[in-house]
Amino acid sequence: MSDETLFAQVLDPKNRADPYPLYARMRETPVSRQADGSYLVSTHAALSSLIFDPRLSSEDLPPSRRPATGNPLKDWILNPIRNRVVNAHRPLIFRDPPDHDTLRGFVMKEFTIARVRDAHAKVATLVDALIDKCRGRDTVCLVDDLSYPLPVAVICELLGVPEADERQFHAWATRLATALEPDARHDEAGRREIAATFDAISDYMRRLIREKRRHPADDMLSGLAARGGRGRPVMGDIDLISTAILLLVAGHETTVNLITNGMLTLLRHPDELEKLKADPERAPRVIEEILRYEPPVHFRTRKALGAIAVAGATIPAGSPVVLMLAAGNRDPARFTQPDRFDPERNDNQHFGFGGGLHYCVGAPLARIEAEIALVTLCRRLVAPRLLDDPPPYRPGASLRGPKNLGIAIAGIA
Amino acid sequence: MRVVVDLNRCQGYAQCCYAAPDHFELRGHEILFYDPAPPEAKRSQIERAQQACPVRAIAVEPADLAAGDEP
Amino acid sequence: MTEVQRPGIVVVGASLAGLRGAEALRDRGYDGPLTLVGDEPHRPYDRPPLSKHVLAGELPADATALPQLTRLRAQWRLGRPAAALDRERRVLHLADGATLPYEKLLIATGARARTWPGDGADLAGIFTIRTRDDARDLRAALAKTPGRVLVIGAGLIGCEAASCCRDLGLAVTLVDPNPTPLARLLGTAIGATLAERMRGAGVDFRPKTMVRALSGEAGQVRRAHFAGGEVLETDLVIVALGATRDTGWLAAAGLAADAGGLTCDGACRAISIAGEPDSDIYAAGDVARWPNPLYGDRPMTVEHWGNAVDQARHAAANMMAAPSAQQPYRHLPAFWSSQFGLNIKLAGHTAGADALALVQGSRASHRFLAVYGKAGRSIAAVSFDEARWLPAYAEAVAAGARFPPFPDAIDQPRVERLEPGFPAARPPAHRAAPALEASHV
Repeated sequence: MSDETLFAQVLDPKNRADPYPLYARMRETPVSRQADGSYLVSTHAALSSLIFDPRLSSEDLPPSRRPATGNPLKDWILNPIRNRVVNAHRPLIFRDPPDHDTLRGFVMKEFTIARVRDAHAKVATLVDALIDKCRGRDTVCLVDDLSYPLPVAVICELLGVPEADERQFHAWATRLATALEPDARHDEAGRREIAATFDAISDYMRRLIREKRRHPADDMLSGLAARGGRGRPVMGDIDLISTAILLLVAGHETTVNLITNGMLTLLRHPDELEKLKADPERAPRVIEEILRYEPPVHFRTRKALGAIAVAGATIPAGSPVVLMLAAGNRDPARFTQPDRFDPERNDNQHFGFGGGLHYCVGAPLARIEAEIALVTLCRRLVAPRLLDDPPPYRPGASLRGPKNLGIAIAGIA
Repeated sequence: MRVVVDLNRCQGYAQCCYAAPDHFELRGHEILFYDPAPPEAKRSQIERAQQACPVRAIAVEPADLAAGDEP
Repeated sequence: MTEVQRPGIVVVGASLAGLRGAEALRDRGYDGPLTLVGDEPHRPYDRPPLSKHVLAGELPADATALPQLTRLRAQWRLGRPAAALDRERRVLHLADGATLPYEKLLIATGARARTWPGDGADLAGIFTIRTRDDARDLRAALAKTPGRVLVIGAGLIGCEAASCCRDLGLAVTLVDPNPTPLARLLGTAIGATLAERMRGAGVDFRPKTMVRALSGEAGQVRRAHFAGGEVLETDLVIVALGATRDTGWLAAAGLAADAGGLTCDGACRAISIAGEPDSDIYAAGDVARWPNPLYGDRPMTVEHWGNAVDQARHAAANMMAAPSAQQPYRHLPAFWSSQFGLNIKLAGHTAGADALALVQGSRASHRFLAVYGKAGRSIAAVSFDEARWLPAYAEAVAAGARFPPFPDAIDQPRVERLEPGFPAARPPAHRAAPALEASHV
């Protein structure tokens, strides 16, 4: 079976619950050319090498010059529905240095250690409050009850988005995150809807930024919108809006999966759940192993600017490249017993947050949220039991996670 | 407790600085300054930093070794 | 069991390489007696912070003890330097007269700082930076706010020391016989950027300058006399003239050892003067001179942190392996240095470079990555605050990629080609002058 078929199977929703056997077959050819000229990279060694390679660009080809090819993957990479995002607003995940560095620098300046530390207490309070709401029920719907509302509330607070607007964002963020998936852009109606969502969220952000400039508060958006020397804004409005949207969407869509995948994994390994309950100090190891074993982002795309020789193959200049991060995380050449969930493993160098210069900006915050959520869930859910295994999944093959996770409980401690 | 960072490996991801801000600090663009002898009471923070390092550059002496095996 | 009397493995040298080697022996299942011999009284400690944060007063000198990563169950003989090796009787003699029998030996005695070889060496106020005690003494002297510090030698240690002095607000003069700092290590094209940076930080850098003698009053250093006749008032001198390998104790051992190192075969086994490897004696770290397959089996010593760790682990693995299963040690040298707010990293070996290409960033911004070429191949890459790209270029260097590698990288408007500007081999006229060894690697 060709690897193109393998990737098509990865995209196929019916393989969403367990794509790992497909990844194992992909790794048989560490760098494999597909019929449409794109390259799948699936071993840890090849990914490690490429993730630091300055010849891999995150910038898309100019979409307007690329007519639809009819091949979903090629269209996705070369002619994405995010044309609007790319043309008008290019967030830093789709940019190369030096622009990427400039934008990331602005974000990092606001994403301070103090802000992340302060989020700690807020997360703890929120998690307890969200679990309290489940009292008297015999079932917890983890995504709706905790995995979704927690990161949304945290990112909104951090950015300075009014809590009252959260409901509105829920829909926008979901829509925009879906736009990044290969299979989301076949129908014209879907495209129009995403474009409309993008316009709506952009308008909202523009208004909010104006408001922040008028009345700055102690939040990231106020910081990003601040005026520098000679009263000029430090960031241009277009960059500022695309950055704000990126942070909001990323803050919504990935931590949800980390928490849900984490709890799913613990419920499938009750001994590990008990160990974490007995010893919350295990949490950092548990979180890193979840990031390896069931990462929130399964693959990312790049473009080769030059010919790249890697793992015995040569990726020609101009080729789209799909970095199969989750496949690298299960590479037996790098991890002993890779399909075993084992928080005790040492040297757990995974791609759960990506790597290289696009390493997840929000990783420290995601770790805090996941740790507090999982430790508290283990402590407070009495006799938790998975209702559906596998659970139903959301459509995304890259941003992959359960749509919901039903957990039967005997009570809330 | 005893800590050493392989600064050949370090790429300045700063994950340790978020995990244990009192003991890891990024200076300039990518100089990591760290405390090689943090108090034992901070072990859980330090191990968080160790676990969070994307390039696994941080080595920490295990608690059970710190107790025995002295020269 | 008669095993009780088994002499087991002796590791000579209790610093980074000795410790990591001993750990690797245990990790690989060595269960017999293990002895670590160290000339300093301290348990293994990390040296890189000594010339940085310890001098700056941010860390006490005794704070850098290395973490031990495996239970060693070892006998420690600290503060007792090895004095001689008797291979025939398989006995190591310590300076205090004790003898230690061994079955196998791992030699990791490292190197010691070159001291001031010229006039005035006995004056107070002259320091080297190699050991923890050196750093403690120098730190104490710097804390007394000397009037002007003179650093002799603009290699890594000298530059880092000068950087610390400026951080402390001290007036500092840095002299070197070459046109720029780090000239022998990185060439003058890259060195010029560092010269600019350090001058911007207030260092009085004197290129092409040698110190002829130091003189003083009442036993305290007061002046440095330059070869050109100039006299500099100074009351604290840091001698950063590099290091010599600690092989004096091997003088009568019948091994191919000199001040440049102990010669080994590709598997890190010590070579006898007859040219045969001693199958029971291995060496690792600063002291080991071995044929590196990455550089055409050219014998080299690598005085860097990463080599101490990697080579010790490699030697330990070979010590545990059958004679027929000895693996050659391949190593891409690498170091880091932080100074003047810059993170400088090198991967590879610049010796013999005939070309230099600036492939990322710019010298003007003090953020760049440059690749060294030799006969059309990439042999090393240096980064100034651009460490994120270094692994890719290091991989290219290790693979012997053409020079320059990656013509189509992002953030690379053009590749700027430069003359690397390595100083010629030391001119004979200078050989007599003490400061000539200044730009150590």
